[in-house]
Formats: sequence, structure tokens, C-alpha cells
Amino acid sequence: MDQIDLEHYLAVGAILFAIGLYMSLAKRNFIGVLIGIEMMFNAANLTFLAFSRFVESSDPLSGHVFAIFVITVAAAEAAVALAIAVLVYRLRDTVNVDELDLLRG
Amino acid sequence: MDDTGTVVAFWLLAAMTIGAAVGVAAVRNLIHAVGLLIVTFAGLAGLYVTLSADFLAVVQVLIYIGAIAILIIFAIVLTPRGSRDNADGFMMFPALGLAGLVAAGMIYAAFDTEWAIADRDGFEETTSVIGDALLDKYVLPFEIASVLLLMAVLGAIILVRPEGPDEGSD
Repeated sequence: MDQIDLEHYLAVGAILFAIGLYMSLAKRNFIGVLIGIEMMFNAANLTFLAFSRFVESSDPLSGHVFAIFVITVAAAEAAVALAIAVLVYRLRDTVNVDELDLLRG
Repeated sequence: MDDTGTVVAFWLLAAMTIGAAVGVAAVRNLIHAVGLLIVTFAGLAGLYVTLSADFLAVVQVLIYIGAIAILIIFAIVLTPRGSRDNADGFMMFPALGLAGLVAAGMIYAAFDTEWAIADRDGFEETTSVIGDALLDKYVLPFEIASVLLLMAVLGAIILVRPEGPDEGSD
């Protein structure tokens, strides 16, 4: 408990990822699902930065560059997905993913 | 990473991050969930500081708290009826089991693996090194990311534009 190592950060990232996974699978609200996905992106970023800080490498800041690209993709994803949420609400009057079953065979 | 301040900061920030994340999944009102999500993002920014990732901590605050959380709040207030509910669907218990399995598996792998730990202190400052890497080794992904952001902005605008010709043109 008196020293913080790589494993502690990985454990925090794993728990955060699991919470995000739970939200994206279990939430009934489209926006709740998106919040879960954002949380998983954040867990991945924390893991990238932890490896970048602790693990032996000739180019230790690569993890930071990867995290920047993850943030970029997450921002693009959030913009498009929330636009889709607003559009779906306008067309179907709901954002409940259990009721959005137009593609069901 | 032995000094007491960093250790205390890590445990406090980790507790804050995970506690707020559990709250995001548990509270019933989506607006409250977004408030707790902001606490989660802030805790993560603090964890980035303990990892000596100063630039990423600032980016975390700017992009996630400043942009994405606000965007989610906008999406919530633009979808008024029934959209404030943060309830769980019928997949709640399978999802809980799967998430528990994933967390247990990853934590076991993290503690079981022999990582090639480097014997060095935290980075002095990361911003200029990241800038050099982005415009040197990673210049192609950097340019592709700019195209991706442009497409995302255009796509979002086109998706939510009002239907019909000439609507809103005057």
C-alpha cells in the first residue's frame, strides 16, 4: 500500500472499463449507452498513459500520442452519435434502445 | 513513485474516479449521471498528473469536461420526453456478470504478468516531445485525424439539419 506501481493503475483502468461495459450493455437510454462508451475510452487512455510511464521503451511518449488519437476519435464519435440520438428522437419520439428495433428480421 | 504525496493522491483520486463512475451507472436521473461523469473525468485528469502526463491532463479537462460532457447535456435537453431516465434494461444481470468477469480477468492479468518495468522517474515535461512526435513520426495519422474531425463535424451538422428545402434559409 505504500508504493504505487503499474498494476494499481491497470486495476483502476480495468474497473472503469468494466463499469463502462456494463453501462453500454445494460442501459435502456441511448445516451446512457454513449456515456458507457466514453468511459471505456477513458479507461483505455489511463492504461496507455500508465504503460507509457512505467514500461521500458525506447520511445516512452508513444503512449501519450496514442491517447491523443483516442481522444480525437472519441470526440468525433461523440459528436456524430449524439447527433444520431437527436435525430432518432425526432423520428421515433424515443431514445430507448429496446424500442428501436426497426432492423429486427 | 515513493513519496507519500503521490501515494495519497493516487488512492484519493482512484477512489473518487471509481466512486463517481459507479454513481454514473447507479443514479436514475441522466442529468445527475452527467454531473458524476464530470467528476470521473476530473479524477482521471488528476490520475494523469500523478503519471506525469501534464499535457494529457489539460487535454482531458478541455476535451472531456469542456466539450464532451457539455455535448451530452445538450443531447439530453434536446430529447425531452422520457429521456432523463437512466434505468437499466432487461440485459442488466447478464451485463453485470460479463462486466465482473472482464474486470476480474484484466486485474488478474495485470497482477500476474511480469511487466518490463523501466527504472526511471516521471517525465520532466511532455508537451514539446508530443508535439515533435505528432509532426514527425506520427504525421500521417495526425493528418488523417484532421480529416476525421472535419467529416464528423460535417456529418453531425447534416444529420440534425431540419428537413425539407429552404427551411431556415431566410
